[in-house]
Amino acid sequence: MHIDAIKNGIVIDHISAGRAMQIYDMLSLDKLDCPVAILKNVPSKKMGRKDIIKIDCDLQIDLNVLGYVSPSITVVYVRDGVVAEKKHIGLPERLTDIIRCKNPRCITSTEQGIHHVFRLVDPAGGVYRCIYCDAKAEPQNR
Amino acid sequence: MRHLIDILDLSAEEIDDLIATAGDIIAHPEKYREACRYRKLATLFFEPSTRTRLSFEAAMLELGGQVLGFSEASSSSAAKGESVADTVAVVGGYADIIAMRHPKEGAPLVAATRSEVPIINAGDGGHFHPTQTLTDLFTIRREKGHFDNLTVGLCGDLKFGRTVHSLIAALSRYSGIRFVLISPEELKLPSYVKEAYIKQKHIPYEQTVSLEKALPSLDVLYMTRVQRERFFNEEDYLRLRDSYILTPEKMRLARPDMIVLHPLPRVNEISTEVDSDPRAAYFRQAKNGKYIRMALILMLLGIRVGEEQTYAH
Repeated sequence: MHIDAIKNGIVIDHISAGRAMQIYDMLSLDKLDCPVAILKNVPSKKMGRKDIIKIDCDLQIDLNVLGYVSPSITVVYVRDGVVAEKKHIGLPERLTDIIRCKNPRCITSTEQGIHHVFRLVDPAGGVYRCIYCDAKAEPQNR
Repeated sequence: MRHLIDILDLSAEEIDDLIATAGDIIAHPEKYREACRYRKLATLFFEPSTRTRLSFEAAMLELGGQVLGFSEASSSSAAKGESVADTVAVVGGYADIIAMRHPKEGAPLVAATRSEVPIINAGDGGHFHPTQTLTDLFTIRREKGHFDNLTVGLCGDLKFGRTVHSLIAALSRYSGIRFVLISPEELKLPSYVKEAYIKQKHIPYEQTVSLEKALPSLDVLYMTRVQRERFFNEEDYLRLRDSYILTPEKMRLARPDMIVLHPLPRVNEISTEVDSDPRAAYFRQAKNGKYIRMALILMLLGIRVGEEQTYAH
């Protein structure tokens, strides 16, 4: 399968296999009018299989959240057809409105107009807790 | 502007300052009688809690201030659907400081983001209750004279007991502390609390199901209630309930200078016969709650009374 190289844009590489659509939705890539390619189950020496997203335009958004979805992700910035920067995205310190607190006793379950915020409490284990009630982010959210 | 949402919002030094001020209030009450004159405390209690609310109100009144507020959500604008953020934005225009109890966890943190006056968390569901922890710390300090090198036994419901978790977090900052965790298997301390405050700090601890075995080694025994609703079946509850009742017989196993604390209210976990034992410190502890809240109100309002504040043991 052949996908054209991009000229100016971003390659989101080393996405855990099967997570590309989640990232596509999270970054609202459906709203872009430039070429976007999603490659699923690409053979990888490091990961066995991986997903890749190629976006052929400049994207001004905060990509730190990608680390939460798949901590293995690498973001490659391409300028004039060459790699300008390669960035490994680790786990972000805070997640705002990415996941919702499921604790029915949490104030976020009733209070209108507040953000759902989780903070990283255990980087090694990738554990996030709600800043309001300390409930652990449920693994199925990830 | 400072708020108190979690006991860990305060450094160990700030807790020492509060304890020193509370001790000075007991030693020299006359110095503080006008300290909060013309200041108002709003007690916003979205769920009933008689003792905590009265303790806050007594604290403000003894500082010469005034109090206003409500004691249940049905008599507040929350019954009309007003948000916590809006309530504190309005009340902040009427009062200089707010003590809030709310059944939802994290409500005081939401309040703090919108409030123009200091917020004190007076209990948010099963989450935090920092002024209870301040009360516990002040009592330990008054009774034992220090925090370092104490063996502290925590007994009963260590799984859901928020006061236990906060006390462990606060005490873990002192040197030479040792914990003895006394509970049935079903109500053991959650692993994340143990990991964050005991194991990471390499604090020695012991877990046991036997109160009798633990008693001889303790400097402080912190009792909590084993609640029926925490058990899956009645049999287990009945089997375990009596093993965690403190009686005069069990007190004979304890050191002569051990103290017994309890956040109260108790149901049957401490026999009333223990009340007359000088080591039973729980009613003194309840009274101490008023003094440490007085000190906290002063601190959050930025009021310093005199320059000489010495800790009176």
